[in-house]
Amino acid sequence: MSATAEKAAKPKVTIIEAIAKAYHDAFADDPKVITLGEDLADPEGGGIAKITKGLSTSFGDDRVRSTPISEQAIMGAAIGASLAGYKPVAEIMLMNFTTVAMDMIVNHAAKLRFMSGGQTSVPIVIRTMTGLGFGSGGQHCDYLEAWFAHTPGIKVCAASTPEDAYGLLRAAIEDPDPVIFIENLPTYRVPMAFELPASDHRVPLGKAAVQREGSDVTVVSYARMAVQARAAAEQATAEGISVEVVDLRTIAPWDRETVLASARKTGRVIVVHEAVKEHGAGAEIAAVINEELFGGLKKPVKRLGGAFSAVPYSRPLENAYAPDADRILAAIKDIVS
Amino acid sequence: MADKQLVADSAVLLEVYKRAALLKANDERARKVILSGQIAMVYYSYRGQEIIPSVMGEVLRDDDTICTIYRGIHDMLGKGFPLRELWAELAGRTTGSCKGKGGPMHLTYPAKGVMVTTGIVGSSAPIANGLAWAAQLDGSDRVSICTFGDGASNIGAVHEAMNLAAVWKLPTIFVCQNNLFAEHTKFEKMTGGQNIAARADGYGIPGVRVDGNDPEAMYSAFAEAVARARAGEGPTLLECMTFRFFGHNFGDDDSYIPKEQKAAAMEADPVPRLRARLIADGVATEAELAAVEAEIEARIDDAVEHALASPWPEPDDLRFDVFAKEIAA
Repeated sequence: MSATAEKAAKPKVTIIEAIAKAYHDAFADDPKVITLGEDLADPEGGGIAKITKGLSTSFGDDRVRSTPISEQAIMGAAIGASLAGYKPVAEIMLMNFTTVAMDMIVNHAAKLRFMSGGQTSVPIVIRTMTGLGFGSGGQHCDYLEAWFAHTPGIKVCAASTPEDAYGLLRAAIEDPDPVIFIENLPTYRVPMAFELPASDHRVPLGKAAVQREGSDVTVVSYARMAVQARAAAEQATAEGISVEVVDLRTIAPWDRETVLASARKTGRVIVVHEAVKEHGAGAEIAAVINEELFGGLKKPVKRLGGAFSAVPYSRPLENAYAPDADRILAAIKDIVS
Repeated sequence: MADKQLVADSAVLLEVYKRAALLKANDERARKVILSGQIAMVYYSYRGQEIIPSVMGEVLRDDDTICTIYRGIHDMLGKGFPLRELWAELAGRTTGSCKGKGGPMHLTYPAKGVMVTTGIVGSSAPIANGLAWAAQLDGSDRVSICTFGDGASNIGAVHEAMNLAAVWKLPTIFVCQNNLFAEHTKFEKMTGGQNIAARADGYGIPGVRVDGNDPEAMYSAFAEAVARARAGEGPTLLECMTFRFFGHNFGDDDSYIPKEQKAAAMEADPVPRLRARLIADGVATEAELAAVEAEIEARIDDAVEHALASPWPEPDDLRFDVFAKEIAA
C-alpha cells in the first residue's frame, strides 16, 4: 500500500487535535478567553502535550501565560480573572495535581456564585489530563471526578471522541459556571474515525450521547471506558447480544433522562468507569435508576470500576486494576444470562 | 511616580477619622447586637485595626478591587460597602448583599469592588492576582488588594501568590494586618524570622513594615504601593502592625492575650487618638466630630432596623445561584 493510500484508509483525527482546534477557535472568537498553566506558552514548548502550541504566538503573551508550578496560584488567578469578566482556561496538568488546589476549586470556584447571592460568578474551565496505561503509578493517573461531582456548583465533563472533545470544550468555555474538563491521556493520540468539527460545533453540557443503539442491555460510561464499552458492544453484537452504549459526556450534572429512557428500554444496566468503584459516580447513577425504575428492571444495576487501591505500577497489576472491553463483555454476558 | 499625594494632610486625616469612626461604631454595634440576642452570627471583631482600611479607603477608587477575609468587615466598610446591605446580610435576610446565602464570612459587593470574602486563611491572595491580571488585560490602572492576617503569612497559598505576582508584575498589593495573634497563638511563637515584610525580598518585590495604627505612616506606605501598582511597577507586600482588642472570634476565651499587653493596646486605641489629635490641631471641633459620630449611629440604627424588618429567605431559594440556571425543583 502506498503511503497516500495508507493515510487515506486510516481514521482521520485524534482527540488532541480536536482539543487544540477548540482552543484556537475559542481564542479567535472571543477576546475574553485566556489561558494559564505550567509550560503553556510557546517559549516553554506549548504545554507537555503541545495542545497550546502556537497559541501564545498567535494571541499574545498576555492571554496565554506560562506559570510557576503553583496550582493554588494558577486556580486563584483563573478565579480572579473570571470575576472580572474573563473566561480563563486553567490547565492543571494532571488530575492528581488538582488535590493541591482543592481549596481554590471547591471552596471558591464552586461556591462564590452561591455565597455572593449571584452577584459574582466563576466561568472558568479547568483542563486536566489523567488515565492509567503508562505505568505511572499512584499519583499521576487517578480519575477523581466523583469528588467534583459531589461539589455543588461545578460541572464535570469528559469526552471519548474527537467530535465530543471539540464540542464539549467549546461549550465549557462558553458556560457561565466552572467546568472541569477531563482529558484521557492514553486515548489522546489514537486516531479515530471522526471528522474534525466545524467551528460552530457544540455539545451541550448535561447531554449524554447514545453512541450505539441496542435492546438487551445498556452500558453507561464516559472517557476511555466509553471507548472500551463500544469495543465490548461490537463483540457482544457479534455474539447475538444487542447493546446500547450511552456516553454520559457530562458526569455532573448527568443526563438522567437519556439514561433512564435507555434503562427502561433494556431493563439491564451496567455502569462503567475507570475511577474506584466504591463511592464512585456509578453509585449515584445506579441509585437513581433504582429509585426511578425499581420493579421495572430485569436485573440489578451492575457496576464496574477501578479496584479499591492506589493505581499500581507493575503491568499485570495495572491491567488488573480497571475494567476493559473483555471485562465489560463478561459483565454484558452475565447480565443477560 | 503617579500623581496621587503620598503624604496625608489634615483634610485626609479628617476623612480617615470619619471612616475609622464608622468602623469602630459598627464593630461595637455588632457585639451589642449579638449579646442582646437580636442577631446570632459568627463574628470576628476587628476592633483596634480600624486605621488600616480607613486609610486604604481614602487612597482607593471604587473600581479598585479587594479580596478580604472573615475578619474583614472593616476592610469592606473602608471600601464603601453600604450599611443596609451589610446588616441585612449579617441578619441572613433576602435584602442582604448576598440574599442571606453568604453571611458575615462571605460578604460581597462588586459595585464597590468587594469581590471576595473568604473564610479560608490565606485564600484571598491567589484570587486577588486574577483580578490584577484582568486589570492588566483591560489596560486599566486599577489595583487589586488582598488583605490577610499574620497567621496567613504562614500558609502556602500566600507564598504562591506573591511569587506569581512578582513574576507577572501584577498590580496586586498584599496587605498583611499583623495583629500579633494567629487565632490563639502569638505571632512570635509561630512565625520564623518574625518579620513578614522581609519575606518580600525572597520574591524580589518591595516589602514594607509600617505602623498600621499610625494614619500618616500607613497613608504614605499604602499610597506608595498603590502608585507603584498603578504605574505598572508590580506588587508590594505591606506588613501593617496593629492589635486586635478581642479574641479570635467574639465570645472566645481570650485569656491567651496577656492582660498588660491588651491594656496597653487599648490605652493606645488609634481611633480616639486620631480624634484627639484632630481637635488639638484645630482640624475639627469636638462638636463637629460628635455630630459625625451621631450621624454614624443613626445610619447604623437605620441599617439594623432595616435588616431585622426584612424577610427571611425561603427554602426554595436553595435551588438558585448554585449554577447560573436554577436547579429543577
